[in-house]
Amino acid sequence: MAGETFRGGVEPGHFKYTTEDAVEKMAAPSKVYIPMEQHIGAPCEPVVSKGDKVKLGQKIGGSDSFVSAPIHSSVSGEVVDITEYNHPIGKKAKTIVIESDGQDEADYSGGYDSLDELSSDDIKKIVKEAGIVGMGGATFPTHVKLSPPEDKPIDTVIINGAECEPYLTSDHRMMLEQGEEIVFGLKSIMKAVNCDKGVIGIEDNKKDAIENMKELVKDENNIEVMVFETKYPQGAEKQLITVATGREVPSGGLPMDVGCVVNNVGTAIAISEAIRYNKPSYERVVTVTGPGVNEAGNFKIRVGTLASEVIENCAGMSQNTRKIVMGGPMMGLSQPSPEFPVIKGTSGLLLLTENEVQFFEEKPCISCGRCIDSCPVSLLPNMIAHFTENERLEQAEEYNALDCIECGCCTYICPTKRPLVQYIRMAKGEIMAKRRKN
Amino acid sequence: MDNKLVVSSSPHLRTPETIDTIMRDVLIALVPPLAVSIWLFGLNALGVVALATVACMITEAVLVHDKISIAKIKGDWSAAVTGVLYGLSLPPSTPWWIVVIGAVVAIIIGKQLFGGIGYNIFNPALVGRAFTVLAWPNYLSDWTKPFETPDVDAASAATPLSEASAEISDLFIGTVAGSLGETSILAILIGAIYLIYRGHVDIRVPVGYMGAVAAVALIGGEDVLFHLFSGSAFFAAVYMATCMVTSPFTKTGKLFFGIGCGFFTAIFRIYGAAPEGVTYAILLMNALVPFLNKYTKPKVYGEVSS
Repeated sequence: MAGETFRGGVEPGHFKYTTEDAVEKMAAPSKVYIPMEQHIGAPCEPVVSKGDKVKLGQKIGGSDSFVSAPIHSSVSGEVVDITEYNHPIGKKAKTIVIESDGQDEADYSGGYDSLDELSSDDIKKIVKEAGIVGMGGATFPTHVKLSPPEDKPIDTVIINGAECEPYLTSDHRMMLEQGEEIVFGLKSIMKAVNCDKGVIGIEDNKKDAIENMKELVKDENNIEVMVFETKYPQGAEKQLITVATGREVPSGGLPMDVGCVVNNVGTAIAISEAIRYNKPSYERVVTVTGPGVNEAGNFKIRVGTLASEVIENCAGMSQNTRKIVMGGPMMGLSQPSPEFPVIKGTSGLLLLTENEVQFFEEKPCISCGRCIDSCPVSLLPNMIAHFTENERLEQAEEYNALDCIECGCCTYICPTKRPLVQYIRMAKGEIMAKRRKN
Repeated sequence: MDNKLVVSSSPHLRTPETIDTIMRDVLIALVPPLAVSIWLFGLNALGVVALATVACMITEAVLVHDKISIAKIKGDWSAAVTGVLYGLSLPPSTPWWIVVIGAVVAIIIGKQLFGGIGYNIFNPALVGRAFTVLAWPNYLSDWTKPFETPDVDAASAATPLSEASAEISDLFIGTVAGSLGETSILAILIGAIYLIYRGHVDIRVPVGYMGAVAAVALIGGEDVLFHLFSGSAFFAAVYMATCMVTSPFTKTGKLFFGIGCGFFTAIFRIYGAAPEGVTYAILLMNALVPFLNKYTKPKVYGEVSS
C-alpha cells in the first residue's frame, strides 16, 4: 500500500521559471575541463596523455574499481593538459583539458533497437561502459545500482521525476521532450534487475509531464505513473520509495533492501541512449536559472563546459549576482567563482542576487519544534545540533545523526536561523571519521 | 565581480519566519481578549495591560543592552508578549505598583536569569503572576463585576469559580467577573484559531489540556461545561501552555504536556484550597518538559523496531 505522502518536509516555493523553456543544445565550447571525479566511488585515472587526439565519446578516464564509472570526452580534439583544476564540490581535482576541433567526430556508433537480444548482464555492461551515474545529483554509479546481490530481489523499479528542488526544471523538460526514451530506459533497468514492475513518480505541479508520461505508458500493463504531492524533499530516494510502495528503507540500508531501485529521469535517458546509440554519458540537460542570470533556460550541455561559458551563453549575469549554486537551492553547492566545469551530476546552475542572499543573525533555539516536524527522517535536529555544538558526539550519534539525509528542511524552516543541517553534517563527518579509526 | 560571490552551505533558501514574526502573530492573537477586557472593564483594562507590557519591555532592554533605544525596547517582541499575557492574567483592579513589580519579576526571574529567550524553563508571564498572587493575595483576588469601574473600594464580586452560579452563555461571551483577558471563551477561541492557522500552536496542547480538565471534572462529579468555560483554564491552554520555549518540542510530548497541565489544573481546582490552579499546574509541567522531550522521541525513519 503506497502512502499518500511522507512525513515532514517543507514547502519552500516553486520558482520554476523555466518550465516553458524547451531544451536548447548549447554549442561545444572551445575547451572542456573534464574532472576525473564525477561519481561516488573510486576516482578515474586518465587513459590518455597530453597531446593525444581524442574523439567525441572516447574513453579518457577509467578505474579498475567496481564502484566507479569511466569518463568520456565530450568533444573531439586534442588533450592539451592534464592538471589540477577547480571542481564544483569545492576542491581541486585531476582534470583533463581538451581543445575542441569543432568536428565532433564520434567514437561510437551502432546500438540496439530493442531489448530482446540483450541479457541482463549485457545491459549492465553497456551501462557501465557508458559511464552512467545518478544524474539527479547524487552521481552514484548506475551499474552498481543495477547489480543487487542474489539475496536481494528487486520487485519495483522507480523512475524519479519528482524534481522537488525549487527552480530546477530539467527533469520536467526531459519528461515532456524525451518521454519515450525514459520509458525505454525504465524497461532496460527492469530487464537488468529482472523485475516486472515499473513506477514513474512525478510531483503534482508538473501536470503536462504527468499527462505525457501517462499517454506513453497507457499500453504498458506493468508500468504505472504515480502522482505525488508537491513537497520538498519528495524526490529524496527513501521518501520516494515510501510514498510509492509504503516501505521504509531500513536505517543504514539501501533501496535494494526493500526490493527497490530508484533512478532519475536523466539517468533513464542516458541508459536508453547508451543502449540504442551506444552513446556514452558526456552531456546532460542543465537548468540555468535564478534572478541573477539574464536569459534563463534549459540547455543540453557537454560535461566539462565551464559554468562561466554557460552563463555567457545565457547573455551573462546581472551585476548584483551574489551566489552561484551548482544544483538546486536546497541541496546545491555554492561556488567561489564561475570557473568550474559542468559534471555528470550538474542538474542546475542557480544564480542568486543580493535580494535572495540574506544574512540572518542566529538566535537561541526557542524549541518551536518546526525542525522536528519538518524532518523527513523524524530526527531531532535541534538536539543533534545542540550536542554537536557542545562537542558531545556520542549523544549526537545516539540521536541518530547518521540517519540524516541532509535535505536541509530543518535549516530552511528554523525561525531562529540556526545552521542545523550544517551541525548535523559536521557530526556525521566526525562520527564516520571516528568509526574509520576504530 | 568574483570576489563578491558568497559561498555558504546549503540550503540557500530560508523561511522568512523569525522570532519577531512569531511574536507579532501572538500579539495579534491577543487582540480579541484584550478588546473584550476593554469592553467589560473600560480603559482601566487597557491601562493595566499597557503598563505591564511597557514594564516588561523596558526591563528586558535595560538588562540586555548597555544603551537602550526604541528598537532595542521593541527587541524581538517576546518581552511584549510576556507583558500582555501577564497583564491579561491580572484582575481589573490590580494597583499599578503591583502590575509593575510583577512585570519586573517576570522578566528578571522568569526569563533573563536563565539566559533570556530560549533558555528559560518557566513561562515568564506565569512566574510574574505567581509572584504577585503569593505576595499580595488580597489584591489579586479582588474581582470587579463587568461594566463597573474597578476601584479598591467598589463592591467586588466573587469569580465564577468560587461561586459556581454563572450562566454558561455569560461564560462563553465573557460577561462575568474574572481576570482581564480570561473571561471570554469566544475571544480566546478566535485567537486560538488564528494561532493554529499560523502554525504557532499545536492543537495537541489545548485539546489535551481541556480534555484532561473535562475528564477530571467528570470523574470528580463536577459540572464539566462549567469547568471548561470558567476561570483561566482556556486562556492558559491557548496562550500560556503553548509557549514554545517552555513546552515540549515533540508532538507526543506536547499532548502529554497539555494533558498534564489540564490534569493538575482540575485537581487544584476541585481538591485544592485556592479557587484556581492554572498558574501552578503549568509551572509544574514546565519543570517536566526535558523529561517529556526525552521520552517522546519520534521513531526514526527506517529504524528497526525491536
